[in-house]
Amino acid sequence: MSQPKSLYQKVWQQHAVRTLRNGQTQLLIDTHLIHEVTSPQAFGMLRDRGLEVLMPERTFATVDHIVPTHTRVEPFEDALADEMIRELRRNCAEHGIRFFDLDSGNQGIVHMVGPEQGITQPGATIACGDSHTSTHGAFGAIAFGIGTSQVRDVLATQTLAMSELKVRRIKVTGRLHPGVYAKDVILHIIRTLGVKGGLGYAYEYGGDVFERMSMEERMTVCNMSIEGGARCGYVNPDAATFAYLKGRPFAPEGAAWDEAVSRWSSLASDPGCRYDDVVSIRGEEIPPTVTWGINPGQAISIEQNVPTVDGVPESERDGVAEALAHMKLTPGAPIKGTKVDVAFFGSCTNGRVSDFIEAARYLEGRRVHPGVKAIAVPGSQHVKAECEQRGIDKVFEAAGFEWRDAGCSMCLAMNPDKLVGDQLCASTSNRNFKGRQGSPTGRTVLMSPVMVAAAAVTGEVSDAREVFGVAREAVA
Amino acid sequence: MALEQIREVRGHGVPVPGDDIDTDRIIPARYLKCVTFDGLGEGLFYDERFGEDGAPKGHPLDDPRYAGATVLVSGSNFGCGSSREHAPQSIARAGFGAVVAESFGEIFFGNATTLGLVCVAVSPEARRALSEALRRDPALEIVVDVDGKQVRAGDRVFEASIPESAREALLAGYWDPLGELLEGVGDVKAAAERLGRAGAV
Repeated sequence: MSQPKSLYQKVWQQHAVRTLRNGQTQLLIDTHLIHEVTSPQAFGMLRDRGLEVLMPERTFATVDHIVPTHTRVEPFEDALADEMIRELRRNCAEHGIRFFDLDSGNQGIVHMVGPEQGITQPGATIACGDSHTSTHGAFGAIAFGIGTSQVRDVLATQTLAMSELKVRRIKVTGRLHPGVYAKDVILHIIRTLGVKGGLGYAYEYGGDVFERMSMEERMTVCNMSIEGGARCGYVNPDAATFAYLKGRPFAPEGAAWDEAVSRWSSLASDPGCRYDDVVSIRGEEIPPTVTWGINPGQAISIEQNVPTVDGVPESERDGVAEALAHMKLTPGAPIKGTKVDVAFFGSCTNGRVSDFIEAARYLEGRRVHPGVKAIAVPGSQHVKAECEQRGIDKVFEAAGFEWRDAGCSMCLAMNPDKLVGDQLCASTSNRNFKGRQGSPTGRTVLMSPVMVAAAAVTGEVSDAREVFGVAREAVA
Repeated sequence: MALEQIREVRGHGVPVPGDDIDTDRIIPARYLKCVTFDGLGEGLFYDERFGEDGAPKGHPLDDPRYAGATVLVSGSNFGCGSSREHAPQSIARAGFGAVVAESFGEIFFGNATTLGLVCVAVSPEARRALSEALRRDPALEIVVDVDGKQVRAGDRVFEASIPESAREALLAGYWDPLGELLEGVGDVKAAAERLGRAGAV
């Protein structure tokens, strides 16, 4: 028997076309996803050099970053945004690229659309000009974010010049306490390993906590791999993966399905394979986690206090001081009770049906605090339709949330959804960088969807278990 | 396609304090509303440099003593976050040829190298010494030596690291890989054929 290998190694070796002069690998990219922000310049570069798209059937497009979520009327009020969507339409039409446009019923955040359509498949190499491409790793795909010149490279050659990553297995075993979600798991991992802990690594998430997770929860975890510095993160494909994919528009059918499942199963990491690093975490140790600072690693348990400058190692003091100043938080004070101005529910991290269902359970019969502007933004048109069919939109609206159309919205504020001044936003998104949500002085506190629901209701950063009366004892 | 062989970047430096400087800070998202990269240099670090009223905040990039700097010196995990190539584009278009930092976000590093923007890593001590030296003497000449894997500042020499693949590509003038990738298209088609629809849809 050949040497045991990780999924990453198997997929890498299958897709390695040849070695380049500088030692990098020319890696075949099975599936390429594009959106309006990082692709127009790539098409421009092709035009400048007289190049064609090599395999247009392997590229899929949608529009997400710049679309308004409060109206779908075109032309958009923002002329630049309007130019971007028109440019994407033109490029897709010119090159024969499948485009999930606003009128398709299939539009959404690019990392929602791939899985929903069954385009995202185990063992595939997937690239997209977006750092949250790591999301697709939930299916056992090797998926990474790329720059615009690399979008050009994929369009022109269906390959990338890449260096092989090391693989770190992150094992989370045991049980999660009630009120602890996939978002808390990944925030805890990033907090533990640091925002640059993953540089040079692909993260393989394993252990029974990930094995029990739904595909949507796995996507939440893999989505934020990049926030921990890891360019890609994945979960080995299993029965949950196959059940999710079966019957999706681009999934194989009939005999081809059986053949695919058998091939996908064989790609999972072999028992006894070698990892470059292994990290073990007990699920019981993970608390509801919130950020207090200006990167996703600056996170604490909801029950902890914001750090003080003197309380951290000297090498971190400047960063902590800068974060405290930006966040306008009192050093050493509890994070709980911090006043919230905006509640943002959505994004490629937590804009899926199960996120809305879980929060709706608790929002039912409750009202958003009068001082809070609350918006709920489904990650895709499919998510929106399914939530509406289940009546979840009504629960959110009755609670005082605005129910919007699909898009990236306030996660990065390249659209009309923005913080104003130094508003503090309780957010289900992935980045609390300075200025990320559209106001240079805006402040972001990342947390799970249910914690955002709690913050919306109380008007302050809160422990959802207390607000919603969730039993805290250890689970069976 | 033959490109310039980049053996070193020589010029004045500017220290930009802070660790984990993300690409949202390097170029705020509103500057991404564009279909070309032209003019991005103006948005470089905009919200770090200017208040909402447009008044300068005293950022080193606006300090006249550092005008014309071509080497940007910063902390660890520089360029983390978003994959936006607009970030290295804005740095390059603002006139920089090299970034010296303790470490780099990986997507940023790849994007920068593809543009011929040299990124080398130095130790925290070297970065502190380099920043301090630049604060004392903004006219100090900095040499980022790709070939010798060093950063020199006046008579001080600091060891620098750069992945061998990037070093090779810069030195040999194929830091933009497209030409070489295109040479392999025959092999790519064969590989795609061999894998069949495996992984593809």
